[in-house]
Amino acid sequence: MFNLLKQIGRWFDVRLGISDTLMPMMRHPVPREIEGPLGWWYVFGSAAMTLFLIQILTGIGLALVYVPAADKAYESLLYLNYQQPLGWYLRALHYYAGSGMVVLLLVHMTQVFMHGAYKYPRELTWVLGVFLLICTMGMFFSGQILRWDPDAYWGLAVAGSMAGRVPVIGPRIVHLLLGGEIIGGDSLSRFFALHVFVIPGALIAFLAVHLWLVLKCGVSTPPVAGQVVDPNTYDATYHEELKRGVPFLGDAILKDVLFSSLAVIVVVAIAAIVGPKGPTAPPDPTLAGANPRPEWPFLWLFGLLSLSPPSVETFIMLVFPVIVIAILFLVPFISNRGERAPSRRPAAVLFVIVAYTALGALTYEGATAPWSPKMTAWSGDPVPENFVKERSPVELQGAVVFQYKNCRNCHALDGVGGRRGPDLSNVGTRMTANQLIDQVSNGTPGGGNMPAYGKQMSANEMTVLVDFLVSLRPEDQLPAGAAETPIVTAPGAHE
Amino acid sequence: MDVTSQDITATDAPRPGRRTFLRWLSAILATIAAVVLSVPVVGYFFGLRKRSVFWVDLGAVGAFPLNQTRRVNFDNPLRQPWDGVTALTGVYARNEGKNEEGADQFRVLSVNCAHLGCPVSWFPQSGLFMCPCHGGVYYADGERASGPPPRGMFHCEWRIEKGRLQIQAPHYPTLQDTLTASAKRCTDSSVHV
Repeated sequence: MFNLLKQIGRWFDVRLGISDTLMPMMRHPVPREIEGPLGWWYVFGSAAMTLFLIQILTGIGLALVYVPAADKAYESLLYLNYQQPLGWYLRALHYYAGSGMVVLLLVHMTQVFMHGAYKYPRELTWVLGVFLLICTMGMFFSGQILRWDPDAYWGLAVAGSMAGRVPVIGPRIVHLLLGGEIIGGDSLSRFFALHVFVIPGALIAFLAVHLWLVLKCGVSTPPVAGQVVDPNTYDATYHEELKRGVPFLGDAILKDVLFSSLAVIVVVAIAAIVGPKGPTAPPDPTLAGANPRPEWPFLWLFGLLSLSPPSVETFIMLVFPVIVIAILFLVPFISNRGERAPSRRPAAVLFVIVAYTALGALTYEGATAPWSPKMTAWSGDPVPENFVKERSPVELQGAVVFQYKNCRNCHALDGVGGRRGPDLSNVGTRMTANQLIDQVSNGTPGGGNMPAYGKQMSANEMTVLVDFLVSLRPEDQLPAGAAETPIVTAPGAHE
Repeated sequence: MDVTSQDITATDAPRPGRRTFLRWLSAILATIAAVVLSVPVVGYFFGLRKRSVFWVDLGAVGAFPLNQTRRVNFDNPLRQPWDGVTALTGVYARNEGKNEEGADQFRVLSVNCAHLGCPVSWFPQSGLFMCPCHGGVYYADGERASGPPPRGMFHCEWRIEKGRLQIQAPHYPTLQDTLTASAKRCTDSSVHV
C-alpha cells in the first residue's frame, strides 16, 4: 500500500518536478543561529501570513452569504450573526484574525527594523513589506465599510470629506470614492470590489514577491554588535555563513509552525468568546445618535487629526499620511549599511520608542475621543446632588439654564457630561462673575472651541446661569475675585 | 527532459523581410489592441455620471412656522433602486418670513457638517447646531459658531412651487463641491484647502 502511494507520488513528481523546484526552495539554507533560541525573533512574518490564509478562507465563507447591496447588506449580516450556522463565528474570526494580522505585521516590521534586517541586500524586501502593510490597512478600512452600519456610512462620509479637500481634483476623487452623488449602493459595491478583488489581488502579488525576495536574498543572521553591513563584502560573508547553515524545512520551520499555531489558537479563542463585531444598527443616515468611530488601526490618525488645530488639519489629512508612508519606504535608503545590532543603533531604538509611545497615546485619545460633545448630556446627565443642595432659587434656576442651553454637552460637572470643554465643577474658584459673563457671551475669542452664547440666551438667563457657575466651588474655597480688585497704576507709569 | 534556455541557440542568419514585416505588424496590432481595450475600460472606471437635477417636495409652506428650524427627512431621488434606507437623508429648513416683495424666504441647510460630513443635530433650546464628531457648532442661520469647521453649513437650493417648499436633491456636499452656487458666497474666507 505504502509502495503504491510512493509510486503515485513519483508519477506526479516526474511530471510536476516538485522535488526539483519546490523542495530546494523549502530546504533553502538559513543561518545556523535560527535553530537556536534567537530563531524566535523570526516567527512573526510567517504567523501574519498564516492569519492572512485564515482571512482568505473566512472571507470566501462570508462571501457565500453576504449580499453586497445597500438594501440587503445589513440584513445579510444579521442573518450571518443569528441564523446561518456558525455564521457568527466566521464573522468574528474574520475580524479578529484581521486584527491579529495587523498586530503581527507591526511586530514583524518592528523586529526587522530593530535588527537592521532591511539593510543591504534586503531593501526591496522591506519596500514590499510596506506595500503589504498598506494593503492590510486598506483591507481593514474597506472591510469596515462592508459592515454597512452607521459607522460604515459615516466613515465613508468622513473619508469623502477628507478627499474633497484635495486641491482641484477633490470633487472628482469624492465621486470616484463614493461611486456616485450620494453614499449608497454604488459606494458599497465599490468597496466590496476593493475588499474582495482589488486589494487582496495586490496583496497576494506583493506577498509573492516578498517571499521570493526572502528566498533570493536569504534570511538575515541575528545581528551581532560590531558586525557591520558593507554592500561590497556582505554577499561573500553571508555566503560563507550559509555554508554552515541549516535547511529551513527542518528544525528551523518548527518555531514558525509553533508560533503560527499559537496565533491561530489565540484568534480562534477570542473569536469564539467575544463573538462578531456589529453591525450596530441599520445604515439609516437619519437615525439620531450617530457617533462614527474608525476601526482601531486608524484611531491614532483620528486622534491626531482631532487634536490638531484647524489650520494644519488639511495638511494632516492629506499630506501627513503620505509623509509617513514615504518615511517607511525610505527607511532602507536612509541607511542600508553599517551596524545592525540595536545596542549600536540608539537612534533607531529611540525612534521605535517614540513612534509607539505616540501611536499608543494617540490611539488612547482616539478611543476616548474627549473632543466629541456628548449629545445627550444636556437632557440625560443628572446634576450632581452637592451642586444643587442648599442653593438659592436663582442658582437653581441657573442649573436649569445650564442644562437647557446644552452647556452640559461640552462641560462636565463632577466628571459627568461632555469633555470637549473644561469640567466646570470648580469654575467658581477660577473665574469671577464678570469673566464668566464675558466668556459665555463671546465664547472663545477668534471663533475657537466655544460658541458665543450672547444672542442664544436672554439677560435673565445669563444672570442666573452665572450665579450658578460662581457657586460651583468647594465649600472651603473662596470665589475667584482677585482679578476684580482695582489695578493701582503707579504715578508716572502712564505716558 | 529538462528544458532550459540553453537549448535555444541564437542564429546569425539574416532576418528575412517577411519576419521584419511580422514584427512591425505585431507591434502595431498590439498597440491598437491595447488602445481599443483600455480607452473604454478606463472611461468606465474613471468616468463621472452626469449630475441630474431633481426637486424634492418638503411640504406646504404653511407647515413651517416662522423662524423655527425643522428637520425634514426624505428619500433622496439621486438614489439607486437598491439603496434601501441608505438613501434617506435630511435637511434643516427654516422659514424666514417674507421679503419686501412678499415672497416666502427659506433657509435650507444640509445635515452634513462642513468639517468632515458628520450629521449635525439641532438644539432649539440654545439655537445651535452641534456636530457629534469634533464639536463643530453653528448658529440657526448656518453660520459657523465655533469648532473646527472651515465654513458655515452647506445651503440647499430651494424654491416655492404652488405654495410648497421644494429643494434640489442634495448630493454629498464637500468643501469644493457645495450644494449651491450662491452658497459659495457665504463661504468663510478661512477655507483652507
